[in-house]
Amino acid sequence: MLGALGIGAIAAFALAPSAASALDRTLSIVAPWEIGSTDPSKSGYVFTRLEVAETLLDADDSGQPRPALAASWTVSDDRLTWRFRLRDGVRFHDGTPMTAEAAAASLRHALGKPGPLKQAPVAAIDADGGEIVIRLSEPFGPLPATLAHNSTLILAPAAYAENGQVTQVIGTGPYRIERLEPPQRLVAARFPDYWGAKPAVERIGFLAAGRGETRALMAESGDADIVFTLDPASQKRLRGNRKLQVHAVPIPRTVALKVNAGHPFLQDVRAREALSLTIDRAGIAAAILRTPDAAAGQLLPPSLPEWHVAGLPPLGRDIARASALLAELGWTKGADGILERGGQPFRLTLRTFPDRPELPLIATAIQDQARAAGIDLRVSIGNSSDVPAGHRDGTLELALMARNFALIPDPLATLLEDFGPEGGDWGAMGWTEPRMAAVLAELRDATDPARRAELRRQAVTLLQAGLPVIPVARYQQTAAVSKRVEGFTIDPFERSYRISSLRWAP
Amino acid sequence: MIVKAVGHRLLQAVLVALAVGVLTFLLTGMLPGDMAFRIAAGRYGYDHVTAAAAEAVRAELGLDRPAAMALGHWLWDLLRFDLGDSLVSGDPVVEEIAHQLGHSARLALTAILLSTLLGLPLGILAGLRPGGLVDRASLVLATALRAVPQFVVGILLILLVAVGLGALPVAGHDSAAHGLLPALTLALGMAAVSSRVTRDATLAVVRSPYYAFARTKGLPERAAFLRHGLRNIGVPVLAYQGVQLVYLIEGVVVVETLFAWPGIGHALVHAVIARDVPMIQGTALVMGLTFVLLNGLVDLACAAIDPRRAQA
Repeated sequence: MLGALGIGAIAAFALAPSAASALDRTLSIVAPWEIGSTDPSKSGYVFTRLEVAETLLDADDSGQPRPALAASWTVSDDRLTWRFRLRDGVRFHDGTPMTAEAAAASLRHALGKPGPLKQAPVAAIDADGGEIVIRLSEPFGPLPATLAHNSTLILAPAAYAENGQVTQVIGTGPYRIERLEPPQRLVAARFPDYWGAKPAVERIGFLAAGRGETRALMAESGDADIVFTLDPASQKRLRGNRKLQVHAVPIPRTVALKVNAGHPFLQDVRAREALSLTIDRAGIAAAILRTPDAAAGQLLPPSLPEWHVAGLPPLGRDIARASALLAELGWTKGADGILERGGQPFRLTLRTFPDRPELPLIATAIQDQARAAGIDLRVSIGNSSDVPAGHRDGTLELALMARNFALIPDPLATLLEDFGPEGGDWGAMGWTEPRMAAVLAELRDATDPARRAELRRQAVTLLQAGLPVIPVARYQQTAAVSKRVEGFTIDPFERSYRISSLRWAP
Repeated sequence: MIVKAVGHRLLQAVLVALAVGVLTFLLTGMLPGDMAFRIAAGRYGYDHVTAAAAEAVRAELGLDRPAAMALGHWLWDLLRFDLGDSLVSGDPVVEEIAHQLGHSARLALTAILLSTLLGLPLGILAGLRPGGLVDRASLVLATALRAVPQFVVGILLILLVAVGLGALPVAGHDSAAHGLLPALTLALGMAAVSSRVTRDATLAVVRSPYYAFARTKGLPERAAFLRHGLRNIGVPVLAYQGVQLVYLIEGVVVVETLFAWPGIGHALVHAVIARDVPMIQGTALVMGLTFVLLNGLVDLACAAIDPRRAQA
């Protein structure tokens, strides 16, 4: 037995130097997300984050659009025609120049596939000289932000097959793919003809590791230089490791309960308020997320200053008040401590899914907390698609989700999707609030900054009053980074891993 | 006799292919949840799974057509050795499986090799001195290893060998060294049982009349063991490897996920979650046929080394 172990160890030592050769120092990045496909509509985020491919626009740390492949842009007076002037001298990784025709063709491919661009009122996308012209059927303010979404990556004509399938990723980013082995592995090297500043790190290797334990141990052993998405328990352990730095940044992703406001138990806003009052947000933030300030007092986080209303009284816990509200609605406590009305127990199914590992834990905490007010929740853990499917067939009662309000850097696009007149698959359900529809419709096209600020304040206040979704906690993006690496920051919009601004420690 | 055995296995392979295809199809059809929504979640991620995305998937893949027709298509394609395209990635299932099967096979072969290196000598030592220190210690170790889930064994090995000693990488699949820990995780569980089977086989041989006779007639201990012992011990041990294959294939699913190893078990889990039916059918088919093939090889090997059959 020892002999066999010895052989294994010898083999390992024999091979180890080639894997960690100093000649081609490879920055090793580990994250949970797999590379499902070469198609930007499916796996575009991987290629954006690894800086292999780029979009027309980018977003700064507060979510404001900033130039990327488009150097500047204008909009016509009727706000229906947008013109994007492309940066000069940009080359694709196959050496061909990025022309307006090529970029327009990429966007038309994106338009034909599910994604935010398809949901925008786009009538036509054309190339005109060095510009891309996008014509809309109605004004749509968040268009620049939509063009920062990773499903709208600009790829070379040779990347597409005749049927529109993306066969290989030929982007414009500072890194060019050397080896792509879906679903887990990608190796990329610095692209010498990149239009922007030359990155310091020559090569990067990406590995998708689905298990949180595996990722944490890779950080701990030094196998990986950067490990994203740490579970709360590992975070604590890794913080004690002298070779590592642990980063945590709140991102515009909010853990919230999606409520079926059309359900007889939840129709009255007082019932939704009572449910919200049972939730111990501070407890969940401290005990489950291990980040005490992650409690969400309103839907949108302070990191989106335009959308966070400072004076709004935060949502909190008050069981006595919850019980009083429920009593007003005719609910009385039964022998088993569960509320009853007309012979019916207050019993609802709370659906959630394990894609974000905290969700099932938070769901069971909410289950326990709601019981204190006599509400009996049944937690059902399934697939993420059960939420939109349940919304559509009307069977959904409650869902716990982690909604990203900055999928497109301008949260308005997501809010329009979630709280439009019909509600949204990941937003309101059975909730009718005509004022909300009017506010969002005006925001879609308002240009006056003061008026826009007022409208945003109204929208957030209406959401806080009507509670079509009940905010619970803020989400943190976390990373463990080896001290061999300098200059690491987390992009709060999860668009980029910012590898091109890293350097090796001397 | 060999022709008959091969023919029997071929028939078995055809039946397995049919059963796997039809069963996976029926079972995936019975799973709760809307298939179009599941595929959309697999493709676009949960931030983007919406009714609109699901409808686009439904229209693109023709998910509304009758189930019997879809199954008929799959069988017809199978006859032409075409496993179809993955519903999630859009790539041919054959290509994806070819990539993954290689990784899994490497893992499984290393695991079998390691488990033989570990289990066989230990079992023989224990069997030669039943009740001795090696026998008792290996019984405790084997019981413990078999009782602990593979997932835990894997994490303990990572902690000990990769994090503690820094001798091997934690996870990934870049170099041969990456394969050792996952293979060892599988091998320890297999060796736990095969060492006990070897021990019992050794004991049975050592106590048998023919072995006693070999020694009575004056053969030295070593020669008696090599000539009359080893080969007779080999038969039940090898036969047991057939049974171990089930454990190996089960284990591959767990171990591949833990070690970020891109094998067929990993692919099967993801395909089931995303309701990627052609991918489920393809991977299950390949796993089933591999099982038939390996069992066939074990049978042939047993026949070849069994001294009783050679004389018959």
